[in-house]
Parts: sequence; structure tokens; C-alpha cells
Amino acid sequence: MEEQLSRAFLDSLLSGRPGSGNEPGGLKALRARALERANALSVPTTRHEDWRFTDLSPLYRLSLNAPGTSVPLTVADITQHLVPGVAARCVFVDGHYRDDLSENGLGTEFVTVVRTGGEDRKVEPDVLDEIGRIATFDEDPFVAVNTAWLSEVLVIHLPRGACLTGPVHCLFVNTQADVVTHPRVLLVAESGSDVTLLEDFVTVHDRAYCVNAVSEIAVGANARVRHIRLQRESRSAFHVATGAVAVARDGRYESNAIATGARISRHNLHVRQDGEGAHFSLDGLAMIAGRQLADTHSFVDHALAHGTSRQLHKCVVSGGAHGVFNGRILVRPGAQLTDSSQESRNLLLSGKAQIDTKPQLEIFADDVKCAHGAAVGQLEPEEVFYLRSRGLPESLARSVLTYAFAADVVDRIPVPSVVDHLRAMILERTGIQELA
Amino acid sequence: MTKEEAPVLLEVRGLAAKAGSAQILKGIDFTVRAGEVHAIMGPNGSGKSTLSKVLAGHPAYEVTAGTARFDGQDLLAMAAEDRARAGFFLSFQYPVEVPGVANAQFLRLAYNSIQGARGRDELDPLEFDDYVREKMKLLEMAPAFLDRSLNTGFSGGEKKRNEILQMALLEPRLAFLDETDSGLDIDALRVVANGVNTLRNDDNAVVLVTHYQRLLNYIVPDYVHVMDGGRLVKTGGKELAIELEARGYDWIQKSAA
Ligand SMILES: Nc1ncnc2c1ncn2[C@@H]1O[C@H](COP(=O)(O)OP(=O)(O)OP(=O)(O)O)[C@@H](O)[C@H]1O
Ligand SMILES: [Mg+2]
Repeated sequence: MEEQLSRAFLDSLLSGRPGSGNEPGGLKALRARALERANALSVPTTRHEDWRFTDLSPLYRLSLNAPGTSVPLTVADITQHLVPGVAARCVFVDGHYRDDLSENGLGTEFVTVVRTGGEDRKVEPDVLDEIGRIATFDEDPFVAVNTAWLSEVLVIHLPRGACLTGPVHCLFVNTQADVVTHPRVLLVAESGSDVTLLEDFVTVHDRAYCVNAVSEIAVGANARVRHIRLQRESRSAFHVATGAVAVARDGRYESNAIATGARISRHNLHVRQDGEGAHFSLDGLAMIAGRQLADTHSFVDHALAHGTSRQLHKCVVSGGAHGVFNGRILVRPGAQLTDSSQESRNLLLSGKAQIDTKPQLEIFADDVKCAHGAAVGQLEPEEVFYLRSRGLPESLARSVLTYAFAADVVDRIPVPSVVDHLRAMILERTGIQELA
Repeated sequence: MTKEEAPVLLEVRGLAAKAGSAQILKGIDFTVRAGEVHAIMGPNGSGKSTLSKVLAGHPAYEVTAGTARFDGQDLLAMAAEDRARAGFFLSFQYPVEVPGVANAQFLRLAYNSIQGARGRDELDPLEFDDYVREKMKLLEMAPAFLDRSLNTGFSGGEKKRNEILQMALLEPRLAFLDETDSGLDIDALRVVANGVNTLRNDDNAVVLVTHYQRLLNYIVPDYVHVMDGGRLVKTGGKELAIELEARGYDWIQKSAA
């Protein structure tokens, strides 16, 4: 029964998959291999250790289709999502790249869309060869299905030493109910380059759909990639996403992942050290209410010496919502002088809200520094009293502290206009008019 | 007008309070009139901060006996925020750090809460910015403290200045300053004391909780009280502080026993 449901669901995800066209080189073979895997795998259930708290069966029961005709959108419809000063803006509506909504100013020469029907601009073959190298799909049906699709891949390629000042903004807009899309981004930052990727998942309606996204990032030697990810899907939607990152010698990967949307969301972030001295910083915030569930599973793989990682993950959970965090850190034998820290801080705003947080440290080297901590709690009574003693009513004091708890993560985002935007959104969510 | 004729701001009678099962305050009697400065001294753990927090409405403490009237109202019946709105101010011994809220945002929220309660105009961020910068000059605080998170990473002395900045903004009728002088270097002490003196007038009053006579050289008290074991065991004039500094608390504890 379960097997059948799983098969039927995966088949529905694959139906409408574009056939092979004249896509470049190895892509055809890669898609075929991924399809084979997708056909062999089954979907996760709560019996899988990694999915213990996240029950996707409401997703499996949906009947999903490939997107049909999108709601007509103009730039005016997405203005609230636009970010000033971007190097490039790439807009996808229901999985399809929309040139009319996009803007490739400074970033033009670095950004292109590769389609099953052929590519927009020549991408060097060895860049394309990166696809599927970091985001492996052997054990993961969602990544396998995404890779089997690969109908429109956004490729960002920074050659050696190239620096983009503004972010490359990828806006994924959903306009249709009961559809599934498979967004795919490949970012290759060659040695010494510097780029900021901003992925933003939004919607124009509040019905159910599914997004199955994969972002694959190769950070070259001494390169720096900053990756901001905003998940603001509809509260009926399902969002499954995988970030797969490999960092070469002395490279830096810095991520800020914010999740406020979706009925059920799952973010797998897998960062791997491919060279000595690589640095990761992973900041996360899930702010959820009602019946929402937000699950973050991160995996930091310190495979070589002198790596550093800093992780702060926060959940703000109200109503009957459920926050899940699993932070795995692996320090392999030989990864000496690894310096890693992880902090999971969680705020429960109602008696029915739920948090499951688990650090998972696996340390196989002896000369390392690994600190971790997890805290689940309510607002600090001393802080509430301090604000009340200054005349703030108790409800406002609580809202302000909740706002502060969340804003602390948002403030670390390196794009000021995004910080302002998210702060305003958190103000609205916490119901504070007084600071507007 | 002599101070004896000035209106009573705070009248505490037989106040007893506990935290959990620990009885901390064991019967406090204490009257503060407009225009007065009181100092409360006493050994560590004698209940000075507890008295200030009970009066400010901290929910961790349960009043087990006694009354406190503030400006004619039943202070103990009021919520903490209403006490602040009525003009009661507590400068915390340990001001709380709140990362994520900019100091300027917090100060404006507090200011507008109090202004609203007094039926006065609230200020928008720009208007408030001008206003608060003026007040910061009084305390020789750099404007950079507006953009930082509330008290977060402030040094001990910077936190205390920020407390007095709040006092300057909120213009309380009665300010309870709990060890505002502790941790201040001599220049900062002078600046903070001058700030407090500038804010004093015939209508308001200040209660200083301190361990050190040196503060009282700058802000001269009308009365000095000694707290011990949850009671005010002795009251005198400013010369009592000098005596305490020289002799410690032993002699009072012995004569009170
Ligand atoms: N919330 C509480 N729960 C339990 N005990 C408390 C609580 N607050 C205060 N106490 C205890 O009550 C006593 C008085 O504490 P308080 O902080 O009022 O002293 P203090 O006079 O201000 O001391 P100091 O000079 O060190 O600041 C102490 O023994 C303290 O441990
Ligand atoms: Mg004290």
C-alpha cells in the first residue's frame, strides 16, 4: 500500500517531464541516470530516522501535475519582491524562466539558463559537468526527480577572480495550485571570485502546490559565496529543498536561510569541505505559526584540516506549529584543527507549539574544537519585566522580544534592503504597530 | 516650602515580600516626599534590590504584607507598566541585554508609552532622534549607542549611562537608582551624577541604592537608611553614610540586635 502510494507520488512528480532535446553534452546522460534512480527509490516516511518528525504523507496524497498556463504576471505584480542594486535578476514563474521579468545588468556575462532545448549562451562544458557532482541523488528521491527534470537550469559561473558587488537575485514565483516545480541552480565560483546568491521563493496565492528545489554550489579556492535563501511559500504549500555545497581550499561559504512559509518545509543543507582551511557560516531562522512545520537538516562535513564552521539556527514557533532542527557535524579522521560551533536556539510561543532539535556531532579527529548548544524555551522573564518597567504593556513587551529574537538572525544578512524588508515582515508577524 | 510640608510621593508601610519560599523583605516603613533624596545602604543580600523590584512590580516576588502608596495610588495593585506610566522609574542594578532591538527603537517605544499615558504627543522616529540626541549630550553619550542593540555588549558603565538616559527621557516622579554608581569610573560618576542632579526638581524625588559614600558627595541625600536582613534598621542624615564608610555595618547590626 505504502509502496504503491510512494510509486504513484513519484510518478506524478515525473509526469510531464520534458523529453530529451538537444541539451548539451553530459546532461542527457545525467538526466537518464537520475530517472533510473527516481524509479528505483521510494519516498521517505516517518520510519526513516532522518524524517522522524516530518510526516510528508499530506504531500503524497495530493494529486500534482506539471504546471500549465501561468497567471499572467508583469513586473508590477512582483515589485514588492524586487531588490535594488542587484547584479542580475532571474525570475522563474511556475518553473519557467521569464526573460521579460528578468534583468541581467552587470551579471549578464556570468548568468545563463540552460534548457533541455539548448542553452541561451554558451556555457563552458566543464562548468556543466559540475551538475550532479555535488548534489548527489543516489539515495535521495527528491534530488533524483529534480535531476531527472532539469528542464531549465540557472547557471551562474564566476570565472577566476571575478567579483560581483550586488547579489544575483533568483526569484521563484508560483501562480498555480496543485502543481510541482523543480527549480535548479548551479553556482560555480572559481578561485578568488566573490558572489552573493539570493534565492527567494514566493507565491501569489494561498493554495497547495509543491516546490522541489536543488541548489548546487562549488566554491573555488579562496573564493567567497554568500547565499541567502528566503522561503516564503503559501501556507498550504510543500517545499522540499536541497542545498549541496563544496568548498575548496580557503574558500568561504556563508549562508542565511529564512523560512516563514509552507505548510511543511524541509531544507537539507549539505556543506562539504573539499580543501584545507575552508570556512562555513550557516545561519537559519524558521518563524512559523498555525499548523506549519519547518524542518532544517544541516550536515557540515569537515573532511580536511583547518576547517572552521559557525552555525546559528533559531526557530520561533507559535500556535500549533512544529520546528525541527537536526545539525549534523562530521569531523573526519585527519581533519585536525577543525574549529566548529553550533547553536540552536528556539522560542516556543504557545503551549501547543513544538520543537525538536538535535545536534549530531561525529568527531573522528583528536585535535579539534567543537562547541555546541541547544536551548528551547519561552521569553526570558527578566527581559519582559525590563521592558514593562519602561511602560510597555506586557503584550507589546513580548512582541518586541520575539521580534528581537528573530531580527538577530536577519541582521546578519549581508544585503541591507533584504534586512529592512525582513525586519518589516517580522514586525508585521509579531503585530507591532508601534515600531512601524 | 520646607520638605516636611512637601507632598508625599511614596509611602511604604510594613512591606514584606518573598521569592519562592524565601522571605526577603520583613517589614519596611519608608516615606519619600517630593524634592527629597534618600540613600539606602546595607550589606550584600540585605534586600535593597528586592525592595526596588517589588516596588517596580517584578512578578518573581510575592508581597506577603504591607502597603505602598505612590502619588495617592495603590502601587502594589498596579501592573509593572502602569507603575512606570504613573511615574515610577527603576534604574536596574543589572540592566538587561536585548540583542535585536536597536537602542533607539527601544527608547522611543518607552518614551511614547509614557507620553501616551500622560496624554502628550508621541514622537515619530525622526522627531525622536533629535530629542534623544539632546538628552544624550547631558550624559556625554556618543550617538553610536542609538544604533546598537539594547545594552548588548555595553560595558558596565555604558549600561548605567543608558539607564539614566532612560530616566532623562521618561521624566519620572520617583527614580529608584539601584547601584547606578557601581562600576563607574570617577569621570563617568561625575557625568551621571550631574545628569541626575539636572533632572531633579521640587516635584520629583530620588532614592539611591549604593555601597559607596562617594556618590553621595555628588548627589547629597536628605536621609540615609541602612537595610539589613530585609528591614531598614537605621535612618540618619548624610553624615551616617560617612560613618558607615568608616565603620562598616557591624556596629549597627550589633546595636539593632
Ligand atoms: N528571585 C529570587 N529568588 C530567590 N532568592 C532571591 C531572589 N531575589 C533575591 N533573592 C535573595 O534575597 C536576598 C536579597 O537579595 P537582593 O538582591 O535584594 O540584595 P541586595 O541588598 O540588593 O544585595 P547587593 O548589595 O549584593 O546588590 C539575597 O539573599 C538573594 O539571594
Ligand atoms: Mg542589589
